[in-house]
Amino acid sequence: MKKDKIEKRELKINRRTLLKGALAGAATTMLPLDRADASFKGFWESFFQKHFREMTVAEKKQVVERLEREYERKYKKAIKIGIEPAMPGVLFGYGLDVSRCIGCRTCVYACINENNQSRDPQVQWIQVLRFKHKDFLDWNKAEKYYDPKLVPEPGYFYLPVACQQCENPACTRACPTQATWQEPDGIIVVDYNWCIGCRYCMAACPYGARHFNWGEPGLTAADINPNTHYLGNRPRYKGVVEKCTFCIQRSRKGRYTACVEACPVGARKFGNLLDPKSEVRYAMEHKRTFRLKDDLGTHPKFFYFFDFEVGERFSG
Amino acid sequence: MGKKIIAVVLFVLMPLSSAFAAGTDYHYPLPNPKDIMARPPFPKQDQGLWPCSQCHSAMPVNYKIRKLTEMHQDVVLKHMPGGWCFDCHNPTNRDTLKLITGQTVSFDQSYLVCAQCHGFIFKEWKAGLHGKRIGMWNGKKTYYQCINCHWPHDPKFKSIKPFPAPLKPSEIQYGK
Repeated sequence: MKKDKIEKRELKINRRTLLKGALAGAATTMLPLDRADASFKGFWESFFQKHFREMTVAEKKQVVERLEREYERKYKKAIKIGIEPAMPGVLFGYGLDVSRCIGCRTCVYACINENNQSRDPQVQWIQVLRFKHKDFLDWNKAEKYYDPKLVPEPGYFYLPVACQQCENPACTRACPTQATWQEPDGIIVVDYNWCIGCRYCMAACPYGARHFNWGEPGLTAADINPNTHYLGNRPRYKGVVEKCTFCIQRSRKGRYTACVEACPVGARKFGNLLDPKSEVRYAMEHKRTFRLKDDLGTHPKFFYFFDFEVGERFSG
Repeated sequence: MGKKIIAVVLFVLMPLSSAFAAGTDYHYPLPNPKDIMARPPFPKQDQGLWPCSQCHSAMPVNYKIRKLTEMHQDVVLKHMPGGWCFDCHNPTNRDTLKLITGQTVSFDQSYLVCAQCHGFIFKEWKAGLHGKRIGMWNGKKTYYQCINCHWPHDPKFKSIKPFPAPLKPSEIQYGK
């Protein structure tokens, strides 16, 4: 009888202790251990990191410093993460000359090298579609895995599709955590530390422009381009969505995007839509321009155009 | 009568109004020669032949249209049928090119020779639409010139080998 009483007393945990323990336990499971710095300060900071748009510049710098330490530990390479804001008076737009594109996929691989996409498993931001001449823009007949000896092939069109940087984007509205949004210069960005990987945005995007990291991104130190932007090409995590950002790390410093500089036929045009002398505006004002799936009301800032009559290409 | 006059005035004004409505057409200046890409090297078999005058200064000028048998056999003119070397090359100074006007142009400014016939493309090249520019979208850029992409004796863009196709979803391994 006496013995039982003692045992009961020993097992008794009071309310306060229980709550403390439960809280500590729950907090531990929620800590993003794989992402955080080794120190307790790093844990704390990554757990309580604010939304990117609510951070002051000083707070952004602090976050970036922590991430640079994390990446250096992970990839054994120093990576610079920029936080350049949008330039005032700039709205980025893109032009692509469908009559000149030869479907060589040089842009696809230039993009991978610039933007640190996962090599294995493979992630590619630009998808080049091939259409038979008479089936142009018939999505059911688009071919993505074409592999001829030489391009262009007579009788075919090529249409590279990446993020269309919509003015009225469907993806940002679908995001339940506001981890993706439109920047003042029109670029749709993703905060990889805020994305929960639900892939609602991928379902909402009518262009198939968003890509998911199903596995741990396969990147070696040699692959990595160390000049990155927080909202752009910094290495991603497993389980986050990524997309084209008009090379935000380059374009916000005034440089052309990697795909523009790589294209061997000069079919790609990039510039400020608010500057009437930019090449994008020239294409809009002088060429037959169209946007993909215009009827959806997404208002893409990616303009495709024809520089010359389609028949000319096949007459040799 | 009054109606007729109004109709005539409107008819005269019509082309003017369309000219205003068509949008602004800017004058695009010629890029600074420093901002133009260096011309590509000569093809392999022609290397060491520059400057042209090292051979040609001692040779008489032969204006006759003929098949070349001793030298430059690789230059087969698939550009402007019926044309001949001296449409563009300067017979009196082989290290230069010439325009139809007789004006001498250096090899570094060969785009001026192209511009004689391809005026509209030249305008669009200056505007940045035709061809390619690298560098800054809001500042200093380097212009590729005509001959960086088009071999002038056979200017059609040559077919190239494409980069590998993406993996099909079934082929991608998510092992990790």
